[in-house]
Amino acid sequence: MSWNTFATVAETVKELDDKKVSAVELATHYLDRADALQPVLNAYVTLDREKTLAEAKVADEKRAAGDAAPLLGVPIAHKDIYLIDGWRTTCGSKMLENFVAPYTSTVVKNMTAAGMVTLGKLNMDEFAMGSSNETSYFGPVKNPWDLSRVPGGSSGGSAASVAAGLTPASTGTDTGGSIRQPAMFCNLTGLKPTYGVCSRFGIIAFASSLDQAGPFAQTAEDCALLLSAMAGFDTNDATSLDRPKENYSRDLAKPLTGLRIGLPKEFFGEGVAPGIAKAVDEALAVYRKLGAITVEVSLPNVKYSVPAYYVVAPAEASSNLSRFDGVRYGHRAAEYTDLMDMYKRSRAEGFGAEVKRRILIGTYVLSHGYYDAYYLQAGKLRRLIAEDFKRAYEVCDVVMGPTAPETAFQFGSKSDDPVKMYLNDIFTICANLTGQPAMSHPCGVDENGQHVGMQIIGNYLDEARMLNVAHQFQLATDWHKRHPNI
Amino acid sequence: MSLSSQDIERIAHLARIRVTPADVLDVQAKLDGIFKLIDEMQAVNTQGIEPMSHGLDMVLRLRDDVVTEIDHREKYQKNAPQAAEGYFLVPKVIE
Repeated sequence: MSWNTFATVAETVKELDDKKVSAVELATHYLDRADALQPVLNAYVTLDREKTLAEAKVADEKRAAGDAAPLLGVPIAHKDIYLIDGWRTTCGSKMLENFVAPYTSTVVKNMTAAGMVTLGKLNMDEFAMGSSNETSYFGPVKNPWDLSRVPGGSSGGSAASVAAGLTPASTGTDTGGSIRQPAMFCNLTGLKPTYGVCSRFGIIAFASSLDQAGPFAQTAEDCALLLSAMAGFDTNDATSLDRPKENYSRDLAKPLTGLRIGLPKEFFGEGVAPGIAKAVDEALAVYRKLGAITVEVSLPNVKYSVPAYYVVAPAEASSNLSRFDGVRYGHRAAEYTDLMDMYKRSRAEGFGAEVKRRILIGTYVLSHGYYDAYYLQAGKLRRLIAEDFKRAYEVCDVVMGPTAPETAFQFGSKSDDPVKMYLNDIFTICANLTGQPAMSHPCGVDENGQHVGMQIIGNYLDEARMLNVAHQFQLATDWHKRHPNI
Repeated sequence: MSLSSQDIERIAHLARIRVTPADVLDVQAKLDGIFKLIDEMQAVNTQGIEPMSHGLDMVLRLRDDVVTEIDHREKYQKNAPQAAEGYFLVPKVIE
């Protein structure tokens, strides 16, 4: 069988429907490619051919029996933060190196119910804390476009695997930009939905008020198919939104005539690399040609996003990660003097440097006497940032700007300076603090040939419109059709 | 704000993470840099602003008080570093 490894999800569905390919053939193709490129890219943490082929066989049998699940037989790989019953789930950490998930996350359950076949578990920054994949205990993922550069993070394996044609689609999670920034670095489309649209049940928690699951794919059309499968109300997640299922593909074909694009002046300042500013301007010209109009908006409080985030995220992480105590699961130190020493040594050995830093920050800001100055103040800033957006949406339908201030950078160039690394998420973090949906789509390259992403931030629950906007752009351009030579 | 090495040791104890004396200075320097970034937000007057934790300001649901889970003990304890007879084993705490 010869298979175009860069076939989109939509194309794959069609080939399966036309009986040109089977789920087993697809799974075999992508597993072979994953094995061949694993030493080069390090995109996966765990592959399990037997399990994957068994799932694919079931999909083929269901198809033969007339099952009409929308994505039946389409392969997908999951970020190694999603629990899948019987699969090792490491979260990129030594702490969970040998942890086998005892149940399955709702998102993966939903995707399996839609017929998707699990290819494996994708590498990531440890506990999703990082913007470059350099914090993974299993070594960094390489950017398939340039092996000397980072793929972005924290969902680096999710981005690299789709970009390199190791899978037609993947899942990621986005707490501060962890889907959108790697999507930009690897020339993909990635979407973080409104907080509460996808269940967090069975996703290893980082910062519970910010974490959201979302898809990676080559196109907005694919992201719409994937989101329609993964989203849905779940009683197992206390913050899940109780609302009917949506078909996110419903508005893809709408023309953009009259669409009002808000351009916050705060996203177009001097911090943005010139090559990015140029690509974004050219993309905006395409949008105008498609009938959209652009209006300037102002988000005066958005500049406090990064400071507020580095209170909220570490605070919630320090609480969430307190469960790793070397008793019920996870790493336990080999030698210790007593129970307290066992806790301290197990956690010191099991967590990497960045995770420990964030736990320490979080512990400090939540400690006696500091709550009002930090966590409460950050919560109030979240409200001010959300109000800025609310005012902006009085005059525009979507907000746009660059996804990140610089393109994929070289390994090691920021790993010694956490603050420098954090500032790479300067444009993505605000949508996590407010809970709004946001996505990134390819929109050009800089002077080094590195990819530029356009971020679309939508109003709450406006995912279908955002996907429509990105899809219309992709019908008029071919940036998203470029693939690395690998 | 600047953290002292005593601060680092106190936080590390609260967080139950062993930080060796050799690591304290590096941790202290990196955390100082991060707090310099965080402290930018102290410039904003937020008096009277209601803090936000969920964009749609949803209210937490209640569910009926009924049993929904079955016993998973054996399966869950397979991941335990040390377990026996249904118990998680830890170093002796009571003499």
